[in-house]
Amino acid sequence: MFHSPSLPSPQTPVKTTCPYCGVGCGVIASGDGSVRGDESHPANEGRLCSKGSALGETLGFRGRILYPEIEGKRATWDQALDHIAAKFSAAIRDHGPESVAIYASGQFLTEDYYVANKLMKGFLGTANIDTNSRLCMASSVAGHIRAFGEDIVPGCYEDIEQADLVILAGSNAAWCHPILFRRLEAAQKARGTKFIVIDPRVTASCDGAELHLPLRAGSDVALFNGLLTYLADTGNFDKEFVEKHCAGAESAIATAREMTINDIAAPTGLDQHDILKFYSLFASTPRVVTAYSQGINQSSAGTDKVNAIINCHLATGRIGKPGMGPFSLTGQPNAMGGREVGGLANQLAAHMSFSSPQHIERVARFWKADNMAQRPGLKAVELFEAVHAGKIKALWIAGTNPAVSLPRADRIREALHSCDFVVNADCHHGDTSGFAHVRLPARGWSEKDGTVTNSERRISRQRAFRPAPGEAMPDWWMFAQLGRRMGWKDAFAYEKPVQIFREHAALSSFENEGERLFDIGALATLDDGEYESMAPCQWPAPKEGRQGGRLFGGGSFATPDGRARFIATRFGSVTETPNEEKPLILNTARIRDQWHTMTRTGDVARLSAHTPEPYLDIHPEDALRAGLQDRGFTRVESAHASAIMRVRLSSEQRPGEVHAAMHWSFTNASTGPADRLVGASVDPISGQPELKASAVSISPQTMAWHGLLLHGERLLKIDSTYWCRIAVEGGYAYPLAGANPLARPGETPGDDWVLGMLGAEPAADLTVYADPMRGVFRYALFREGRLIACLFVARDSAAVPDRETMAKIFAAPLPVENRARILAGLSLDGVANTGPTICACFAIGQTTISETIERSGLKTAAEIGAALKAGTNCGSCLPEIEKLLRAGNPAAALIQAA
Amino acid sequence: MSMHKKERLVLVGNGMAGMRTIDEILARDPDRYEIEVIGAEPHPNYNRIMLSSVLAGEKALEDIVLHPHEFYARNNIGLTTGDAVASIDSASRTVTTVSGRSLAFDKLILATGSRPVVPPLPGLELPGNCAFRDRADLRRMQDASCNGTHAIVIGGGLLGLEAAFGLMRLGMKVTVLHLMQTLMERQLDEAAGYLLQRDLMARGINVITRAETEAILGDKCATAVRLSDGRELPADLIVFAIGVRPNIDLARKSGLEVNRGVKVDDTMQSTHPDIYAVGECVEHRGMTFGLVAPLWQQAKICAAALCGETNAAFTPPANYTSLKITGIDVFSAGALGARDDGDEEITLRDAGTHQYKKLVIRDGKLAGAILYGEISDGPWFVELMESGRDISYIRDRLLFGRALAQAA
Ligand SMILES: Cc1cc2nc3c(=O)[nH]c(=O)nc-3n(C[C@H](O)[C@H](O)[C@H](O)COP(=O)(O)OP(=O)(O)OC[C@H]3O[C@@H](n4cnc5c(N)ncnc54)[C@H](O)[C@@H]3O)c2cc1C
Ligand code: SF4
Repeated sequence: MFHSPSLPSPQTPVKTTCPYCGVGCGVIASGDGSVRGDESHPANEGRLCSKGSALGETLGFRGRILYPEIEGKRATWDQALDHIAAKFSAAIRDHGPESVAIYASGQFLTEDYYVANKLMKGFLGTANIDTNSRLCMASSVAGHIRAFGEDIVPGCYEDIEQADLVILAGSNAAWCHPILFRRLEAAQKARGTKFIVIDPRVTASCDGAELHLPLRAGSDVALFNGLLTYLADTGNFDKEFVEKHCAGAESAIATAREMTINDIAAPTGLDQHDILKFYSLFASTPRVVTAYSQGINQSSAGTDKVNAIINCHLATGRIGKPGMGPFSLTGQPNAMGGREVGGLANQLAAHMSFSSPQHIERVARFWKADNMAQRPGLKAVELFEAVHAGKIKALWIAGTNPAVSLPRADRIREALHSCDFVVNADCHHGDTSGFAHVRLPARGWSEKDGTVTNSERRISRQRAFRPAPGEAMPDWWMFAQLGRRMGWKDAFAYEKPVQIFREHAALSSFENEGERLFDIGALATLDDGEYESMAPCQWPAPKEGRQGGRLFGGGSFATPDGRARFIATRFGSVTETPNEEKPLILNTARIRDQWHTMTRTGDVARLSAHTPEPYLDIHPEDALRAGLQDRGFTRVESAHASAIMRVRLSSEQRPGEVHAAMHWSFTNASTGPADRLVGASVDPISGQPELKASAVSISPQTMAWHGLLLHGERLLKIDSTYWCRIAVEGGYAYPLAGANPLARPGETPGDDWVLGMLGAEPAADLTVYADPMRGVFRYALFREGRLIACLFVARDSAAVPDRETMAKIFAAPLPVENRARILAGLSLDGVANTGPTICACFAIGQTTISETIERSGLKTAAEIGAALKAGTNCGSCLPEIEKLLRAGNPAAALIQAA
Repeated sequence: MSMHKKERLVLVGNGMAGMRTIDEILARDPDRYEIEVIGAEPHPNYNRIMLSSVLAGEKALEDIVLHPHEFYARNNIGLTTGDAVASIDSASRTVTTVSGRSLAFDKLILATGSRPVVPPLPGLELPGNCAFRDRADLRRMQDASCNGTHAIVIGGGLLGLEAAFGLMRLGMKVTVLHLMQTLMERQLDEAAGYLLQRDLMARGINVITRAETEAILGDKCATAVRLSDGRELPADLIVFAIGVRPNIDLARKSGLEVNRGVKVDDTMQSTHPDIYAVGECVEHRGMTFGLVAPLWQQAKICAAALCGETNAAFTPPANYTSLKITGIDVFSAGALGARDDGDEEITLRDAGTHQYKKLVIRDGKLAGAILYGEISDGPWFVELMESGRDISYIRDRLLFGRALAQAA
């Protein structure tokens, strides 16, 4: 049934692939937690970024789902799967195939994706399978298909090294694709490659940039339309390429010309001089790569933005050649793999499309499927609207956290709450798993086998190198089990990933004849051993002909007539424009050291230090106007939700735009997900939501008290207006703030509240510090002598220790003499302990006396008295002091005496 | 050797303050005086404080001798032991002892210490009770522990508790009877008093608070005490430790101005220009003394005055206390609690290690400290109190002691 992968010994290094961003770096890891970059992997050649190099620290099993559960009760796999099969069957029987859906993830391995897609589209008869890649890549997919006829990334990573100019559009590659950015920096050093950053914010990627264009959110189409006009007007079109290999140039230019170059400054908010500098650099540099990411994709005009960029590359014939081309940087490790199998609702499979009845028929034949879906299914946002409307009766969510990451997250939660039947397969308990009727333990990175494809079409193996916790199983196995239990034993007879991969590869070349560039037929005949040892390889990989490399360089595209399409793109503003009531635009993005909703990276202390809290970044001018102060609090309100966030002043912010990171959720911060604030307007073609431009208002939020809770446990909820969870060594830190006073001046907070915050029983072993007039209260909870938690609260935020100081308190056992001192809220490093008291009058300890004797070479009690006062009052301790003096080894003497 | 005939200095009271004054004089001007010391106790000067430790068996009597006979001999000091001064004739400048000896003086130091307060209880005349003041008391207690099993200590202050601890170490079943609700209420607040009571009980010392002793019972000797609530407790030994009163009989008889104690000015001079007084017998600006720290100060000042220095003046140092019971660390200084709304208290309680600390803040300054269980910062708090420094800027760390408050 399930062919368990044979695991190497914990010390054996295993080659695998980083599970985070779309760079897809090769990693050499072993079960003992050691991790390093794989020198032989073409994506990274041995380098790893901060997230990648901390992979070894994410291998703990904290917060993992360990067993199948039905309605919160542990169940066997058989019970859980039978139950799911019955529910899905009943939904289909009673409400039709459109009443079931899968919402999957770019974290899936290609094999997981393949089986899920096959099950839904071939056997359940619906294309209601979408993935979180919708939030990430859908606009690129749509833009590629419009321009090239197929979802193809033409270039490869070397292009960044061979370019003379790299445009980073809507991409903070320095944080989101760090190793690629390292390669760009290396190119800058080696051959003077210039780069230009187009981003409303000043980001880490701006370091070393030739030019930063802080354009207004959502105005990219205007900027690139202007570039197209400029290229046309300045004779920079590659006429021959356009005439021979493209179509639609005239109408694209005509549409672009609706705005003159002088008109571009207004909507983009850019300096005219900067705009022209960008245009002329682009025009004069043949080797130019435009790398783009979520700033382009996550937009109500995402597909148009993609095409506006591609238009400029088509116009100059700069595509598919060394150092040239538009380059979509995928956000997730396997967004590309998901697209290959057709994991999005509007794709069929293996780059085939629902728009072609022939394709549908062909896939059906290949799968021996008798119940093919005939049309595209619901895209993520629509899908959850359908859930909300009660149309989806059975929903399987796997490897993603829509209760956090989808726009209008509050509405998503309502939807999940009201849904008849929700299955959640995940590694971790999170916001979404709370809504599930059935929870399934999924294997994660390091525990499962399969393949992923990175941004440059390179397929790499992920390999298992350590046992999974509890009863966790891979996602493909779960879907295959569902298929079998619903009656398709043969179609889902897989026992190991290689069988799935071979089938996937075979489908890609099935009746292909060069029609689809995605052809990995050469891999369809890999035997088990070859799959096991498969080295990273780039597609296309047809049985015969050219393998890998750049595409479209020769000017032949995947459209029926072989010509690339210019697309006329018209600038339109973002859906939610700022207005009097909501004068600011909220942008959301990633931070350097966290991944997605922090289920993995959130528990690693050194990844939490970079951006520990969910800040609202705001330009000082906007803050001044709104009466906000740095590190103070603000209530942020959009049309969809409101949240109280900590303010961080940043002159890197564009005035008029604020920013919040997308990683936090209700299980690790009171703010909840930033995407709650975000509207659900989507790109009309790709269905990708506009996650980076929501109108908001801000107002100061005063807090009656501030605090810091340090707890060994991973708390999912805290009774405090503001809180968030930050991993520290051996535990967590929770900054707190409360809008309502904890106690009147001179009084102390209620015991119930304190015990509740600490998670302590009434007779707990507590240390309590209280300065009621000043409103400063501190508590430490111990169990069997071990520090469990520390709570600091104060009216005055200055009386709350900072997290960095306290970050190490769980790192080592607390010596008993520091039990109370811990509440000083200061670092205890280097603070001497004086030892047992010798001179009671002056409270001089044995350690102090012995050290003074040794250091100053003292010979008599009188000398000690002169130096330390010890023994000069009542004199009772003089005999002990004499003893310390006599002893060659003072400490030993005291032990003897005792 | 000076050519003149030396002035004669007589010290009345061979105790801690008096002999410290002699030490200070010798350190300043060893040849200035011809010194005579007269002491009622039949021993050379010893460390009275350490009677507790001797009782507890932690030290031997010979360990606590401060000035052995050789000391007096070596410094040409005439010593009379076991004979008290009965009168002082300030006009003729002579003292006369109980045994009838007379001695002339040019300058005189009164250092007669204090006397234990003994309440007027029925049965007081029965043998089997004592105070805790001198070696004779110590001896009584040691003897009692050989012959009897039950000891009652009346008074749960510093002295009573040290006596109780010592007697317990000597194998007696000890009960402390304390009138007030909590122990050491003059030095500790209720919280610390309770902790102390708990820790003492844990060591096997029975403590009864709000215990009013009504009578000592017994035929030939004391066998029990009765409390006002009727309870009777067996007692083979009863130790009074309810306080001391300055020993001023001699001074009063001699015509010196006395109140609670012998009145002295800032140079420790009594109302007679040639008579000085130091120690527990004095009253300075309305204040009397029961601990040695201020006495050391007095000794210095008095010696300076007697050696002709004119600028020395006594200012009592901040009063602080610690308890000498092995394993129980208690420290107290200054105010015990908030006096009014303007006062503020900062507390720290650690149930697990029986630690308790309280600071009293008044006008942004430290006004009091009670430390229980961990007392190492006591002296620093005293320093802060004496300096009158504004502590607002370190307030949030203050209670955690010097090392942390002064950490970067
Ligand atoms: C058991 C015990 C424990 C203590 N523990 C502490 C402690 O931990 N810390 C602290 O600071 N203090 C402590 N004290 C208090 C401290 O011992 C006294 O404050 C100090 O001894 C007072 O010194 P003094 O010289 O004034 O009196 P004393 O030391 O009492 O000396 C007075 C002497 O004068 C003699 N005398 C009285 N009248 C005459 C007379 N007419 N003629 C001749 N001689 C006379 C007395 O017999 C006595 O020997 C303790 C006291 C006791 C009893
Ligand atoms: S750059 Fe991306 S793939 Fe490479 S190590 Fe970092 S997160 Fe992983």
